[in-house]
Amino acid sequence: MLQVKTYAEYASNNETPEVLFWVGCAGSFDQRAQKVTRSFVKILNHLNIKFAVLGTEESCTGDPAKRAGNEFVFQMLALQNVEVMNNYGVKKIVTTCPHCFNILKNEYPSLGGNYEVIHHSTYLQHLIDDGRIKITDAASFKGKKITYHDSCYLGRANEIYEAPRKVLEELDAELVEMKSCRTKGLCCGAGGAQMFKEDEPGKKRINIARTEEAFETEASIVAAACPFCNTMLTDGVKSKDKQQEVKVFDIAELLAAGQGLEKISF
Amino acid sequence: MAAFYAYRGYRRVYKNIMLGKKEDLSDHQSERIKNVLLVAFGQKKMFKNMTPAVLHFFIYFGFIVTQIELIEIFIDGVLGTHRIIFHAVENIAALRFIYVSTISFIEIVSIFVFIATVAFLCRRFLIKVPRLNKPELKGFPVQDAATILLSEIYLLICIFSMNTADMAMHHGEYGFAVSGMLMHLFSGWDYTALHYVERLGWWGHMVGVLALLVYLPYSKHLHIILAFFNVYFARLNPKGYISNMPEITKEIKLMMDPSATPPPVDANAAPVKFGAKDVFDLSWKNLLDAYTCTECGRCTSACPANQTGKLLSPRKIMMDTRDRLEQVGSIVAENNGVWKDDGKSLIENNYISVEELRACTTCNACVEECPVMISPLDIIVQLRRNLIMEESNAPAEWNGMFTAMENNGAPWQFSQQDRLNWAKE
Repeated sequence: MLQVKTYAEYASNNETPEVLFWVGCAGSFDQRAQKVTRSFVKILNHLNIKFAVLGTEESCTGDPAKRAGNEFVFQMLALQNVEVMNNYGVKKIVTTCPHCFNILKNEYPSLGGNYEVIHHSTYLQHLIDDGRIKITDAASFKGKKITYHDSCYLGRANEIYEAPRKVLEELDAELVEMKSCRTKGLCCGAGGAQMFKEDEPGKKRINIARTEEAFETEASIVAAACPFCNTMLTDGVKSKDKQQEVKVFDIAELLAAGQGLEKISF
Repeated sequence: MAAFYAYRGYRRVYKNIMLGKKEDLSDHQSERIKNVLLVAFGQKKMFKNMTPAVLHFFIYFGFIVTQIELIEIFIDGVLGTHRIIFHAVENIAALRFIYVSTISFIEIVSIFVFIATVAFLCRRFLIKVPRLNKPELKGFPVQDAATILLSEIYLLICIFSMNTADMAMHHGEYGFAVSGMLMHLFSGWDYTALHYVERLGWWGHMVGVLALLVYLPYSKHLHIILAFFNVYFARLNPKGYISNMPEITKEIKLMMDPSATPPPVDANAAPVKFGAKDVFDLSWKNLLDAYTCTECGRCTSACPANQTGKLLSPRKIMMDTRDRLEQVGSIVAENNGVWKDDGKSLIENNYISVEELRACTTCNACVEECPVMISPLDIIVQLRRNLIMEESNAPAEWNGMFTAMENNGAPWQFSQQDRLNWAKE
């Protein structure tokens, strides 16, 4: 079983954690994203980082409601979350979800929630820069091609393009780029609450278009840094019946595997 | 007369933009000036797409340097002189050299402008670049684009006939670079004929410039003026930021605090409307965006929804906003500044459809692409707010999502008590 402590547990021991790990709804409930959550926790635990989660006190940040146009539901959830975090005196947040990252960093401050918010790609990059991450030969990526899919809410929304790539460069794989990447990265199709409804009528699903771009690189691993991108691309790969040849992983899963903390098959 | 009509046109645009809601964008002046220098003058965002950027730069640069010669043309027109600046400096070698090289330089640049304009016509009408041939451009927009490109060619022909005939008349005395070569075309023409050509070129250019000045506020080409203002007033937040609605924060804080007493209700206050249904509900900056749009379609060709055949086109969002604003503006003007409801709004009514609004993934590709810092996304979000919060117009799946978020704090129906189950394996 994983070692995970809640903020409430820290508080009852009069302790303060270094950082709050904001798990997010996908990371908490979605089976695929739960694996990413666990991989990230394994990295944190391996490095003895004192982190806390809010556990049952965490609610959705309100992102899909806000972007669908429901400001009421968004602010209701946001103000609740701000109250919880401010009561604990939260200063620093790390999250594996770019949507949570964006909204906590950019939209919570004017609602009274002022925190240092870091996406896990940047957080992992800092750990690498500090020399704390040691890649073992437990899982060899030698000869493999990895292509990184830019999440809109990390890339264009907050101009984080290099951190996830730096994380991937730690592995001894070859990093290849898709036709549209960085500022021109093509959306996976999930943002703006599209994840939670059917596509509007059109010629193609957006995730299929993006998956086709990933296939063009001939990479066997598609790396994502967002639980929703992960779902969309995994679905895209499945719909093309290529799940044997191409696997979609989060950067945290790949880095955990590189350190021998996680077994993944690719 | 031209000045009067031009004034009316520009005043109309200004008044219409001011129909929008107030928004203070006067902060961070140094950052804003930096944006104007880099993005507007320096065309930084254009150069993400090399071919059109270079061609556009020729025309942009040519337009600016031609203004120098235009000064002399205007002064000559007003005073009834001929090449007043040349005659003022002709006996001072250094100044004469500067004059001749300036005009020669303008002539050389104009050749590039000519090439670029022809290339643009080819891209639009022969090669049919996809983004310049989308359904929203049918009718006036394509006519407008052709008008502008053809008038550029017309102006170039005028100025070259003027300079060339003038050179031929004076046996090349001025020593201009391009017209010096072209003047041989006129060899054998007598002075009177050359004089007519020169006058025709002068008058043609003059009339063309004034006509364009009057036409501009009715054209997508208005970007040559508004781009600078639009870039200056562009929002400086990270692109992922969508503003919070303070009127809602107030209500929710009241709901969350049981001891709070609601403020007295002002019976005369206008009912609070959430989101935007029509152009008045948008910020003046959204409306400036709409008038600044030159319909290049970089946004639309980058839009994932549009690429996969959905109805949404960010360019159409901007064009519809402008067209609706024109209509609203003319109703307001006809009624002495008072708005008379025409029973329409920006949503549906042949403007922006619900289906278009629903297709947006908020990915910011359109915002990233726009060379003049327009945000179609900001308008989309405000219109979505109206659909959801005023019209309760949401797809069933979204209603389920909202309910789940309210009841159990997640967009899916999972119990909040199970949030930490992932740690138990």
